[in-house]
Amino acid sequence: MLLKFLENDKESQWVLIVLLAVTLIIPVCNLIFPEGSIFYFSAYTVSLIGKYLCFAILALSLDLVWGYCGILVLGQGAFFALGGYAMGMYLMRQIGDRGVYGDPILPDFMVFLDWKELPWYWSGFDIFPFAMLMVFVVPGTLAFIFGWLTFRSRVTGVYLSIISQALTYALLLAFFRNEMGFGGNNGLTDFKDILGFNLQSDVVRAFLLMCTGTALMSSFLVSRWVVRTRLGRVVTAIRDQESRVRFLGYRVEMFKLWVFVFSAMLAGLAGALYVPQVGIINPSEFSPLISLEIVVWVAVGGRGSLYGAIIGAIIVNYGKTVMTGLFPEVWLFTLGAAFILVTIFLPDGLVGLWKRKTQENV
Amino acid sequence: MLNNAKEPRLNRYQSFSFMNRTPVGDKKLDVSHKTVLYMEDVSVSFDGFKALNKLSLYIDDGELRCLIGPNGAGKTTLMDVITGKTRPDNGSVYFGQTIDLLQMDEPAIAQAGICRKFQKPSVFENLTVFENLELSMKADKGAWITLLATLTGEQRDRIDEVLEIIGIMSLKGQLAGILSHGQKQWLEIGMLLIQEPKVMLVDEPVAGMTHQEIDRTAELLLSLQGKHSVIVVEHDMEFVRSIAKKVTVLHEGSVLTEGTMDEVQNDPRVIQVYLGE
Repeated sequence: MLLKFLENDKESQWVLIVLLAVTLIIPVCNLIFPEGSIFYFSAYTVSLIGKYLCFAILALSLDLVWGYCGILVLGQGAFFALGGYAMGMYLMRQIGDRGVYGDPILPDFMVFLDWKELPWYWSGFDIFPFAMLMVFVVPGTLAFIFGWLTFRSRVTGVYLSIISQALTYALLLAFFRNEMGFGGNNGLTDFKDILGFNLQSDVVRAFLLMCTGTALMSSFLVSRWVVRTRLGRVVTAIRDQESRVRFLGYRVEMFKLWVFVFSAMLAGLAGALYVPQVGIINPSEFSPLISLEIVVWVAVGGRGSLYGAIIGAIIVNYGKTVMTGLFPEVWLFTLGAAFILVTIFLPDGLVGLWKRKTQENV
Repeated sequence: MLNNAKEPRLNRYQSFSFMNRTPVGDKKLDVSHKTVLYMEDVSVSFDGFKALNKLSLYIDDGELRCLIGPNGAGKTTLMDVITGKTRPDNGSVYFGQTIDLLQMDEPAIAQAGICRKFQKPSVFENLTVFENLELSMKADKGAWITLLATLTGEQRDRIDEVLEIIGIMSLKGQLAGILSHGQKQWLEIGMLLIQEPKVMLVDEPVAGMTHQEIDRTAELLLSLQGKHSVIVVEHDMEFVRSIAKKVTVLHEGSVLTEGTMDEVQNDPRVIQVYLGE
């Protein structure tokens, strides 16, 4: 049925097959084969791939709002971080009395700050389904309020980009403060369990990678469905000629809001999957630099193409892993150069290059 | 009825104006007095320049009206006011006897049944011809409904019918971006037709068309009167002569004269405006 759904879309089929293979083979090989076997993937590889796949979901979310709706959001990292914090709060509550100070309720940093009781907004986060709900609700609500105010006032283009960057910067500063109750600049860390299973164990790590892969594939399929509905076509029309769409009787701001909130929720999901695999969430995830990097992933992969965003995120992040290992000081220059080169020579990214090649062959 | 101009008007540039906008669609279009569009005493100024100056204009239900006038006479501004793009400084604009267009924004006006073709062809170039018509079609245009909307067989037939009328059936599945200038003009007229509007505002429909295409456009516009009210802005006088029963001449933001093409062309004031002193 799935193959029928993707009929005549060879690229999407391939991307899905590769993702499925990665999701299944890497965790299974990690568990079955002994260390030293050529089929063995280390725990490091497992969590690294898991990270890439989270970034791919994040890139997908930005591509929806930027590539399809034409809103260049330079604060997508904020939604990612909020999803991450929601998950982090659940993981903190899972620590229970095993913290350094052994307080059964309060996380370590609260005991350290001499807080007597849990702030109201931490309540409920010990319940997994509630925390998962918040992973979507918190970024979605912020996107709704932000989008409602900006789109209704017809703030567009660079102004919107700058405001969105200011938003994530404001959150960065806010989350740095100890009084906020989110662990200040250390953030949330020292996680022990998820749903009662040890986060450090190989099985749990392998399972998390599988979840992330599944989440990425589902996000891809849902997004692909969305952009192919009539709503998707209206959104593309808004990107190309916003005012014309209004004269057809569509409330442009409601469509932008829909896509923006949907995209923020996807970003939140990415953040929630990221945190248990890297074991920490701190305010640096709100930094504008990260949000800019997401834009580069999508630009490199090819904006306006969903699998392009996935490919871009994985390639750029693989490059980052290699480069920061070999020549850490030149990585940012490489990233900047890649962005400039892609913008000038490959406006449709690597996917555009591929499409041009296949068209020439035809 | 037309005297509530003293009511405080909403300024579209106020961020929160949406909060007290009157709901749309609570009033039915009432054309029992045979007039579909009333504009009275409408003035618009841009930085002191009066684009419209106490203009009054009445369009009958089912009428085909041509608007002519030299450049800067206010033709496009007039369309902007009717469709909600520009808010006038004062005056009143009513759709039928009951619907106050000045209280509505662009999508609401479009949904109420006033549609517009732009001067510069503005089709969605990254969508196919078919999809352009699909998006324009009269339907519920809320975001959630659009997400789940599918075309019924009837709607497909309607799109095919319009494609037939505008003569680009063979280009159905092509991206609109590859169409010629004339074809884009036609597609945009098709996008108007499929919205089934009560009033059509058509800004320079034959610019860049060949003679044959112009003749077909004239035929099409003539076939629409009676069912729709059509307002055509055009510079091509030959074209206007071929379709117009009644012509309104605008000059410096107000109506100079109205009448048949012959009356208008023999009016010494019109000759003066067009030819200079």
